[in-house]
Amino acid sequence: MQLIAQLLFIAALLFGIGFFARNVKRLIRNIKLGKDIDRTDNPKARFGNMARVALGQSKMVRRPIAGIMHIFVYVGFVIINIEVLEIIIDGIFGTHRIFSFLGAGYDFLIGAFEILALLVLLGVIVFWTRRNISKIKRFWANEMKGWPKDDANYILYFEMVLMALFLLMNASDYQLQLLGAEHYAAANGQITGAFPVSQFLLPLIDGLSVSTLIIVERAAWWLHILGILFFLNYLYYSKHLHILLAFPNTYYAKLKPKGEMDNLAAVKKEVDLMMDPNADPFAAPEENGEEEEPEKFGASDVQDLNWVQLLNAYTCTECGRCTSECPANITGKKLSPRKIMMDTRDRVEEVGENINKNGEYKEDGKQLLGDYITQEELWACTTCNACVEACPIGIDPLSIILDMRRYLMMEQSAAPNELNIAMTNIENNGAPWPYNQMDRLKWAEENN
Amino acid sequence: MAEAIKVPTMAEYMAEGKKPEVLFWVGCMGSFDDRAKKVTKAFVKLLSKAKVDFAVLGTEESCTGDPAKRSGNEFLFQMQAAANIEVLNGYEIKKIVTACPHCFNTIKNEYPELGGNYEVMHHTQFLKALMEEGKLKVQGGKFKGKRITFHDPCYLGRANNEYEAPRDLLRKLEVELVEMKKCKSKGMCCGAGGGQMFKEPEKGNKDVNIERTEQALETKPDVVAAGCPFCNTMMTDGVKGKNQEDNVEVKDVAEMIAEAEDL
Repeated sequence: MQLIAQLLFIAALLFGIGFFARNVKRLIRNIKLGKDIDRTDNPKARFGNMARVALGQSKMVRRPIAGIMHIFVYVGFVIINIEVLEIIIDGIFGTHRIFSFLGAGYDFLIGAFEILALLVLLGVIVFWTRRNISKIKRFWANEMKGWPKDDANYILYFEMVLMALFLLMNASDYQLQLLGAEHYAAANGQITGAFPVSQFLLPLIDGLSVSTLIIVERAAWWLHILGILFFLNYLYYSKHLHILLAFPNTYYAKLKPKGEMDNLAAVKKEVDLMMDPNADPFAAPEENGEEEEPEKFGASDVQDLNWVQLLNAYTCTECGRCTSECPANITGKKLSPRKIMMDTRDRVEEVGENINKNGEYKEDGKQLLGDYITQEELWACTTCNACVEACPIGIDPLSIILDMRRYLMMEQSAAPNELNIAMTNIENNGAPWPYNQMDRLKWAEENN
Repeated sequence: MAEAIKVPTMAEYMAEGKKPEVLFWVGCMGSFDDRAKKVTKAFVKLLSKAKVDFAVLGTEESCTGDPAKRSGNEFLFQMQAAANIEVLNGYEIKKIVTACPHCFNTIKNEYPELGGNYEVMHHTQFLKALMEEGKLKVQGGKFKGKRITFHDPCYLGRANNEYEAPRDLLRKLEVELVEMKKCKSKGMCCGAGGGQMFKEPEKGNKDVNIERTEQALETKPDVVAAGCPFCNTMMTDGVKGKNQEDNVEVKDVAEMIAEAEDL
């Protein structure tokens, strides 16, 4: 019986981790669909950013209630996972609380896990209330209907159940130790572990026989670890992926001033050529030089974006802090930076599925622009960087908006008419309005 | 006060074989927009008062390309940048000051990679430095004790992390500085950035400048202080839209310092 349990456990573990590895491979492949961009400079600043923003949660606490609750859940989850290590070793070797040789330190650890589990439960309940009872506006926006809303709640239910199972497992274990049950109780009669929270669950299981208690304890143990394995594999399909990707995402985030937008290299090449008095406009292409395909300006689909932008999309946890700070969204326009990120992820997933099915990407007649993100959304952006500033994990929705505007403007000439007029004015007389450049100093002659 | 202010151009300096200490980049709005021209003149008065050796490009100045870049017209942006950099490098410019955060951001952050390397300052940073060097007196005057709220320009604040220079100047004017709920890194845009200045807004339920003006009016200010010609226009329109133009002024920080000095 014991051996079968061990084998079953090993099989579940291998399957869970194997499936996760397959998804991670797909994830990396999909992110690499993006164009190359060098973000390896200044590793010190990048590590610092990751330590502060991802590890240290520095931007989460800008909204104190959500921030503190999030820290409970985050710290709880990370630390309780140390216990998972013990659970896995116990599972494989059929031992009971293998780390208990740590003595008083072990009691402290288990006690701390229990308190954290309680705090996680508290945090998750507050989160659920904010989403479903107080109906905070950003959780009820248009893009949050259907799967995104369900996804968020599933995660919360899941964490509630996992924490409840963890505490129930400890409670029944404690009770079994108190009853001196074989395999559970230590030879010297000492209690292994400390149970500051689960001891209060004892009345619930009071009076149960040892054999029933073992079933309860084993069931909780199994459900807890299987739940964790399931959750691990749920990540790839969920906004919850941020728990892993927040780290690389903050590492590879832009370090330059927010106002600095990249100078397109392809455009620079063309402009240099135009400004070069020695360039021969009629020059024949070089003899054996291959006819270069002119580079596409801007982005109309996910493959035109860079891999950091795609990483951003997979990292987004749809909290909506960006959208709630967006001046366009606040004033009722369709633009929502969160939707830009969700659309990008949905489209890159669609392209990924296409590759899974066909071996390589087969034209599907769809693209990010138009099928997911409309021009109306893109033109509503004021490029104010409020969304970038608001993101707790360093996502840059503005860079995607800008790249798509570039495509509209330079490949499609599809800008709003008034904007085109301003562009023509800049071209003709060096100002967005139809004033003569020769009048630029007139203000100095005017009466004061 | 009808005396004409002397505004030397780079060409004149060049003809005399001299180089100014700093170039004042006026910008399109500062050159052509009636409201922004007042800010330009106020700033020039302050420069003269502080005996700063400065010049402007005059007719040789052209749009930095900011609205083009942020509308997605990278081509036009880089054409403008190349032409401007050629002029600036031709005059061997080292230091630039401008009263427009958009020009400031573009020249400071986006020109270097295209061959234009200069020390660039926003006029509030420059005025603060003059004040600290003792070259410019910033104190009390007509704004003493008045309630002032400062509207952070996106391209000065979030874009370049400068929140304190304008506020330091306002504090020296001994005003009662009150902050809007959304201020500094959380400041809300006036609605003009990213090319919005030149187009009709998309369909929504309110204009951005009205929303921002309402936030400013909540602080019951006597003056909404600005540091950007675009914001200045948007907030001025917003105040008019709320029929508050008789009670609330919108003024650039430089204008306020000049007025306090009765220049």
